[in-house]
Amino acid sequence: MRFAVAEQAAALRDASDALLGARATPALIRSAWEPGHTWQADIPEVLDVWRGLADVGLTGALVAEESGGLGLDENALPPVLARIGYSGLPVPAVETVAVAAPLLAAAGHPALADVLSGRALVTANLEATAVAGLPVPFMMVADYVLLRAGDEVRIHERSAVEAVPVLAVDGSRQLARLRERPAGGTTLAAGPAAAVAWRRGVLGTAAVLVGLAERMLSMTVEYVRSRHQFGVPVGSFQAVKHRLADAYVGVEFARPAVLAAGWAQAAGAADAAGQTSVAKVLASDAACAVAKAAIQCHGAIGYTTEYDLHLFAKRAWALAASWGSAGWHRRRLAAGMGLQKEEGESVG
Amino acid sequence: MDLTWSPEEEAFRDEARAWLRDNVPVPPLPSGDTRAGFAAHLEWERALFEARWSVVSWPERFGGRGASLWEWLIFEEEYYRAGAPQRVTQNGIFLLAPSLFEFGTAEQQDRILPRMAAAQDLWAQGWSEPGAGSDLAAITSRAERDDAAGGWRLFGQKTWTTRGAFCTHLFGLFRSDPAAERHRGLTYFLADLRSPGVTVRGFERLDGDEGFAEVFFDGAFVPDRDVLGEVNCGWSVAMATTGSERGLTLRSPGRFAAAAGRLIDLARTRGAPGALAERVVQSWIEARAYELFTLEQVTGIVDGERPGARSSLNKLYWSGLDVSLHETAMDLLGTDGEADGPWSRGFLFALAGPIYAGTNEIQRNIVAERLLGLPRG
Repeated sequence: MRFAVAEQAAALRDASDALLGARATPALIRSAWEPGHTWQADIPEVLDVWRGLADVGLTGALVAEESGGLGLDENALPPVLARIGYSGLPVPAVETVAVAAPLLAAAGHPALADVLSGRALVTANLEATAVAGLPVPFMMVADYVLLRAGDEVRIHERSAVEAVPVLAVDGSRQLARLRERPAGGTTLAAGPAAAVAWRRGVLGTAAVLVGLAERMLSMTVEYVRSRHQFGVPVGSFQAVKHRLADAYVGVEFARPAVLAAGWAQAAGAADAAGQTSVAKVLASDAACAVAKAAIQCHGAIGYTTEYDLHLFAKRAWALAASWGSAGWHRRRLAAGMGLQKEEGESVG
Repeated sequence: MDLTWSPEEEAFRDEARAWLRDNVPVPPLPSGDTRAGFAAHLEWERALFEARWSVVSWPERFGGRGASLWEWLIFEEEYYRAGAPQRVTQNGIFLLAPSLFEFGTAEQQDRILPRMAAAQDLWAQGWSEPGAGSDLAAITSRAERDDAAGGWRLFGQKTWTTRGAFCTHLFGLFRSDPAAERHRGLTYFLADLRSPGVTVRGFERLDGDEGFAEVFFDGAFVPDRDVLGEVNCGWSVAMATTGSERGLTLRSPGRFAAAAGRLIDLARTRGAPGALAERVVQSWIEARAYELFTLEQVTGIVDGERPGARSSLNKLYWSGLDVSLHETAMDLLGTDGEADGPWSRGFLFALAGPIYAGTNEIQRNIVAERLLGLPRG
């Protein structure tokens, strides 16, 4: 028994974090937003940072060394992707690193080289069979998109899928809806392999949520220490302290659960699916609770778009609802315990 | 990351499970917080001791097995899974003993620990006073020097003392330097409740058991050898003890994992319509989260870290999850929950969690100030 991030995963985390800390500024996130929250395809500076992350090996984290990756396992996803969440970098990192890259490597797909080098981004929506109207994030910036057809995960060239831009709450999500049920594509995984891919996406998203929560919490702590009212820092009031203490508790109990889900996946544990659901429930709820507390404890400035907090809160809300909401995962666990009938189709 | 147990740890688990299966009393004992129930629990504690399960993590010379922290977690998990009785010795074993190991002399350890392990001496915690609950540094009970007798004489009143009416000893803080204020000038004493000058009066808690007591000291004598740590330095010893109480040693994850398992059984038996099923699952998730948090924490302890203020995170989480778990059970039971039974008793007891071991309001202050770095105010 040893519950601690392994050395290699920590090294990748630290290398990614150094780059993100220097370059993934709030201004960079804003560059992916357009005035009026419309959707745009041109985010060269963001893609430049992504290529930097590819250079330190992030894109190939789950790809074997002989295929050009780092040869790590799912244990590496939580610590590294949490830092992506903390930075707020607006890219489909989970979809590309956790979901697509290992599938492409397993299939010997020609797109792998560009994905590993950071020249190609892959997005995905695996929540249900792809039909007209399905919302897919990062649709305009992605080069490939993974979609479901029954229990298969298929890869499509982005240019082969027609999509309609959608005004999204998080303007950096580059959201679009499929115009029609996509045809063709190449099957990358089916059945159990598709379930593994889904679980990696859920795990990665949970990790990003933990990082977003940590970011919002640290911004709020900094703010309430410096903001004075009634002649004292507002952070000295118990009403503020207790709110933030509760928010912190949520994050501190979600973080180990996400690490444990990574271990369960890497170890092929029998309850890997259940542990992944546990992680997503805790991370989604923690991030939403932090977002609410953070906005409230900032007061009016937290309700402006000039201030950076909203960049992280809006991402958190989007991701809390993606890859299965907390309620979806709770109902799934309930069904597994025989407490409730399974609802809807599920690849995981 | 390696979340598997070694073959030795699995063997330890098997041994504990087999012994508990053969020895856990059926039907369950009456509450240990009543006079009759306490006597029955003492029998159980002595059976545990005879089989060397009462203090598994202590060195063998004190009655333990020298088990690792990991093995202690395994034992706790098996203990609660087996539905074994509450530990009426817990305040000694889990709260005083860690401080004795840290601050006690070899003589104190040799004299006190084996009798504690064997449930011959039964320890109550003497922190709170009528005017000092959350504000522990406001205590006014005092100790006066008696040089002729070679010790101290205690005066004052302790209250809300758990199982005080049934215990033989009390560990507590008394003001030994009348000139000092607040956290200074306090000494940590180990007092015999059967001494002349001690009066104990039990009274009922919210759940109807005589689980509380007031303890009056009127010149009771405590020899020098029963001072724990340095004279006038009791605060730091007490803080080590409260760290244990809030954190891991008082409330191991096995307790909540077992309760969550029983909740799921209840939901399966009675049905969990609508949102109730999600609440049942949420309690199970939280019990699992507490377990995983603990595994990370124990790894840190094994690596030489001290939980410190992070034990307040443990306390906030387990007390919150215990309340919501029992609220969910009561909602599943509906009008059947009105009847006295394990769930209604568990519900009433869970409500004490956010109060004892330092109220959760105090814990939130600690988290905010010492972990998040917010200004005192």
